[in-house]
Amino acid sequence: MSTELAVKTEQLSRVYKTKKRETIALDRVDLEIPTGELFGLLGPNGAGKTTLIKILTTLLAPSGGRAWVAGIDVAQNPWEVRRHISMVSGGESSGYGLLTVEENLWMFTQFYGIDGKTAKTRIREMLEIVGLTDRAKTKIYHLSTGMRQKMNFVRGFLTNPQILFLDEPTLGLDVQTSHTLRAFIKDWVGKRLDKTVLLTTHYMHEAEELCNRVAIIHDGRILACDTPGNLKTRLQREVVFRLQVTAIANPERLFQDLRGVQRFSHAEVNGHTELNFILEDENALPPILTTIQQCHGELISLEKRAPTLEDVFISLVGRGFGEGDVSAGATEGEPQ
Amino acid sequence: MSSPSRWEVFWRTVIGRAYPRIIGMQRERSWVFFDTLLPLLQVSAFVFIYRAIQAPPEFTGFVVLGGAMTAYWLNVLWSMATQFYWEKETGNLELYIIAPTSLMAILLGMAIGGIVGTTVRAAAVIAIGLLIFHVEVSIVSLPQLLGVFLLTLVALYGLGMLFSSLFLRYGRQASHLSNLLQEPIFLVSGFYFPVRALGFVAALGASVIPVTLGLDAMRQLLFPTMMAQFRFLDVRIELGALVVLSVVFLWSAKRALGHMEDLARRDGRLTIRGQ
Repeated sequence: MSTELAVKTEQLSRVYKTKKRETIALDRVDLEIPTGELFGLLGPNGAGKTTLIKILTTLLAPSGGRAWVAGIDVAQNPWEVRRHISMVSGGESSGYGLLTVEENLWMFTQFYGIDGKTAKTRIREMLEIVGLTDRAKTKIYHLSTGMRQKMNFVRGFLTNPQILFLDEPTLGLDVQTSHTLRAFIKDWVGKRLDKTVLLTTHYMHEAEELCNRVAIIHDGRILACDTPGNLKTRLQREVVFRLQVTAIANPERLFQDLRGVQRFSHAEVNGHTELNFILEDENALPPILTTIQQCHGELISLEKRAPTLEDVFISLVGRGFGEGDVSAGATEGEPQ
Repeated sequence: MSSPSRWEVFWRTVIGRAYPRIIGMQRERSWVFFDTLLPLLQVSAFVFIYRAIQAPPEFTGFVVLGGAMTAYWLNVLWSMATQFYWEKETGNLELYIIAPTSLMAILLGMAIGGIVGTTVRAAAVIAIGLLIFHVEVSIVSLPQLLGVFLLTLVALYGLGMLFSSLFLRYGRQASHLSNLLQEPIFLVSGFYFPVRALGFVAALGASVIPVTLGLDAMRQLLFPTMMAQFRFLDVRIELGALVVLSVVFLWSAKRALGHMEDLARRDGRLTIRGQ
């Protein structure tokens, strides 16, 4: 494999077996991520993102296929792979509560053989960047969730890895902290051409803001892989509408058979029903409005908007992105 | 900057992982009560039994020494063997695995940190025990005594590393092993009496736990007169056996860790929490 590829997978599969059933977490995934890219893996919970990261970080063996990180086979030579990587996961609670932030960070640098002076310099610099300098001597059990995640971030970057795996790194964080961390990731990759980041997320805007390319993964399969811009142009011919209506029952039953509706998803937002439609053209809109009226729904707002990655996801998967979002395509799996 | 050698990564890992244990002990002083005064109560119970039946005064020394060594056995069972389970629950294990270091180095760091902390506790138990119960010792050979003590710890913590490989794969399920081993080993290793009292064959079987031989040898080197009639094996044989046990346990631990890590990676158990 060319070493210009930071990550490569060929027909990579993972099956989890229990006594009662088999679950296919990854299904013949082919992926190539060149060095220097900030690559996003976008998918809902249970799509297979974390499984892929676990295999690439040598925490899990594949059931089939092969994977290379920094040109090294992850199954055959995991120790060698580990010299090139680091990982940060969202909601991570690693470290020891009785140690301070800088002590915990120093401890992790020792597992990479970094000398004390270099470690301390890097810790100081990185804490400054994420705004944690004043907490350097705070025991980590006193830190808030956001602060702790910032510390985890610093840990991931401290070892100056060639390839960094970020698994839902901003999960559960407030807007400000998420923004700080995203800016940090962008800056880190932007200034270092030899670094690669594989980011998994289920936040569309995060993938859109950060990633050079995005792969959409669902049920263990890569459904599409391209730049966010190119993915969205797939929907250029269609029109996308977002409607807010008063709560209506069974929207999937009401809209799934309407002519011209390619995909739709719905969610309950602040007591209202939000409906997202991908339509063949604007002529499909009047029947939708009529249907809403017929079921005594009241239109609160209607917005025609540019396609987003979420629309791309809906068009590919046939349902919305949010957890528990029950929505239907016009027909199962394929556009009308 | 050149990348560090494997050896450098190894010893830095040992220091790095020992650090939280040593520092943690200083920052959480509750151990003074729980790990020193409470064990002394158990030691006192045995001392009063021996005194009630008018056993020779050396038996008080046997008990105090056994009480001190109890701390190491508990440390091995609950802070070495089971530690990987807790590390998995907090997410640290993932970070250990993906670091370019060896799990043996992580465990050695835990062991050194554990030994430092436990030695302080054991020393406190001995000092207070000797003071309260007026135990007199007559050291036969200080180098031999130190040798036996250190070899006992090496073999004991080697055994702990071996057990920890089970926790790497089986997680909480393996904690039954620690429960199973705790009390029976107090009995068969002769923590509160000379192990010879169990009979030669039983003592020989119990010798697979290094503390059995270590305690017997240390008692012979501290209470030579009384132990002349209770000794299990000659001190030199026990020293040799401890060397063998140390090598066997450390080698087995290294092999078992590699094997269990491999199996756990295939099963997907390395990162599953709550199992």
